[in-house]
Amino acid sequence: MCLALPAKVTDIAEDRQTGIAEVGGVGKTVSFALLDDVDIGDYVLIHVGYALTLIDPEEAAKTLALFDEIAEVSS
Amino acid sequence: MKKLDLKNGTVDLTHGGGGRAMNQLIHKVFTTAFSNTYLNQGNDQATFKAPLGRMVISTDSFVISPLFFPGGNIGSLAVHGTVNDVAMSGAKPLYLSAGFIIEEGFPLADLTHIVDSMAEAAREAGVFIVTGDTKVVERGKGDGIFITTTGVGSVPDGLDLSGEKIQPGNAVLVSGTIGDHGVAIMSKREGLSFETAIHSDSASLNHMIAEMVEAVPSIRCMRDPTRGGLAATLNELAQQSGLGISLNESAIPLHAEVAGACELLGLDPLNVANEGKLIAICPAKDAEKLLAVMQANELGVDAAIIGEAVVDERYFVSMKTTMGGTRLVDWLSGEQLPRIC
Amino acid sequence: MKYVDEFRDGEVAAKLAQTIGAEVRTDQTYHLMEFCGGHTHAISRHGLIDLLPANVEMIHGPGCPVCVLPTARLESAIHLALEEGVILCSYGDMMRVPTSNGLSLLKARAQGADVRMIYSTLDAIKVAEDNPDCHVVLFAIGFETTTPPTAVAIQLAKERGLKNFSVFCNHVLTPAAIQGILDGADGKTPLDGVLGPSHVSTIIGSKAYEYFAKSHALPVVIAGFEPLDVMQSILMLIRQVNAGHHVVENQYTRAVTQNGNQKAQGLVADVFELRSSFEWRGLGVVPDSALSIRQAYDAFDAEKRFTLPPFKGADHKACACAEIIRGQKKPLDCSLFGKACTPDNPLGACMVSSEGTCAAHWTYGRFRDTEVAR
Repeated sequence: MCLALPAKVTDIAEDRQTGIAEVGGVGKTVSFALLDDVDIGDYVLIHVGYALTLIDPEEAAKTLALFDEIAEVSS
Repeated sequence: MKKLDLKNGTVDLTHGGGGRAMNQLIHKVFTTAFSNTYLNQGNDQATFKAPLGRMVISTDSFVISPLFFPGGNIGSLAVHGTVNDVAMSGAKPLYLSAGFIIEEGFPLADLTHIVDSMAEAAREAGVFIVTGDTKVVERGKGDGIFITTTGVGSVPDGLDLSGEKIQPGNAVLVSGTIGDHGVAIMSKREGLSFETAIHSDSASLNHMIAEMVEAVPSIRCMRDPTRGGLAATLNELAQQSGLGISLNESAIPLHAEVAGACELLGLDPLNVANEGKLIAICPAKDAEKLLAVMQANELGVDAAIIGEAVVDERYFVSMKTTMGGTRLVDWLSGEQLPRIC
Repeated sequence: MKYVDEFRDGEVAAKLAQTIGAEVRTDQTYHLMEFCGGHTHAISRHGLIDLLPANVEMIHGPGCPVCVLPTARLESAIHLALEEGVILCSYGDMMRVPTSNGLSLLKARAQGADVRMIYSTLDAIKVAEDNPDCHVVLFAIGFETTTPPTAVAIQLAKERGLKNFSVFCNHVLTPAAIQGILDGADGKTPLDGVLGPSHVSTIIGSKAYEYFAKSHALPVVIAGFEPLDVMQSILMLIRQVNAGHHVVENQYTRAVTQNGNQKAQGLVADVFELRSSFEWRGLGVVPDSALSIRQAYDAFDAEKRFTLPPFKGADHKACACAEIIRGQKKPLDCSLFGKACTPDNPLGACMVSSEGTCAAHWTYGRFRDTEVAR
């Protein structure tokens, strides 16, 4: 129900409340009001112009590895 | 008569009034830019020799907003759009007429820019804008400017492209990446602004079409997927031919940025408008040859074979997804709006 | 697109499908509900049904805020725009939804109402700042994912002392809706497991579902948004069902934690409070299922600033959405589906949004029906 997309933070304004995040090279202004801390290069989930949460790269890698594991077992 | 201030002046009601002011506008702006023997004669009509073969005529009105977008403007679009409509029949586009409805107060600098773009587009396409009309409406009664172009072309006897000619097993090709134009427009619309390098693909396809028809005369049909995108055009063709169409999602060319923008807005690229692309349908045995001809043209470098016509008495357009499942590709319901859900 | 493309790998999908096929017990049917409309859309758009064995039945739940918004609330929003002359700011999803007398926000705009489409609540704040002589109302809809952005806007409006901004609040709650489904089930439809919403869960955390897992002995897997996430989550649910477990598992670990986004939760708690009851289209009245604006922010509550006439939206008598939303009926079981009721002319909750069960089936899946509506 909630279209949210992983986007890479490419710019943060001075007040650290807003910035730009990119999806597939397309940049959109986002608000960081719902996050405590964010850095350029972080990946965030954006929904209606707000970053909801940081995406954890380690957990993402673990999930992908799990897919591969399952894929291997079934081959 | 005071000199027209093309830099800072604006269009006013006298420019549509039929008097000296209108005459001045036509000469300084339109005739100067479009200059050709027909137009320069200064008549209310253009007379030309009937071309050999059969004649093709098509008309389209352009009411796009914003007027200026990355990759073009309402003027270049008005030329490309009608040239393409004529050329989709296999015809060589020859002459265009152009009607302008301009809102009082419209900046002359913008008008000149638009008209110059039309002149350039016409030159590139090898067509002449031979006659036209100008009207001015009161402030508030027009969205800046509306343009209507009508195009005339000739198609040789024996070349009969039509949706009804499509046969089961025919290959479906697209000439390049989809969704570029619609995304470029949306990136400029108020309330949706996002930064992207995507620009409209608006272009005249008649030169590429001439090469295609010459190399592969067995082409059944061509059509450009403008409003409603690939989905609308394929559904039109399915209905016209009484067949189904089966697509392969992973074969459909798509710029990463267009994919990104569509994901951001919750849009389906298949529903997004294109202004410089065409769908071509030909017998399967000629598909590779047609593909090569398209890819050799600068407007077709990303061309691809994306599917085939199939027997289906319900005329569905379906698609094998990148996940390996199948889904319907339906007409768009209503106007495409971004979604949050 | 990073974190998107890797989760849409067709080859991995095929292998996951094989594994699911190998692990389902042939003597039973697995009834799994994906609560979230976004999941319904993702499943339909990627044709994932074709990758699942026939005895895995996906039930499409009511997690679509556009679908479950009663038409009476929409009529109030239109009233604000047409009669009170406010600038009404709305997300795109609501613009074409029709009321029972055929009006919509888009049609109201055609009649002269100032209706503006926004992408973010901050756009509405900007409209208010740019138009100090007009009152601006934000038509707020959505589950817990979309609520924090509204909270931020209201706090910002208070901070900046905006006198011409208010919110028409229609935010609803996921756990209450799940409870509503489970309570109404009455053993009519078996439910073996729930695919929990991805993005609501980033806000409320996986702990919010522990209650259901325990009290209803129901396995819950919080599923990511991409097709491979959905496939893996289905596998995890099947494994729980086979083992007789009923716990909350989190498949979407890259974005969902047990406690969720506590900063966002705090902002929401500051601005909103529970409504004792709220009527959901298709589900009826569900207690403690929606939010209203706290007294401290009364100045920004459109329901306090304007007197809204009591609208009564009524759905078509033959509309089967109430049963479809609960998984008791399928779209084809409704006599209106594909005939009087299509996405171009939606009559009920399941058709008004592209994520609704009927809309998704019509748009992506109706070629599978033997007696099809063209």
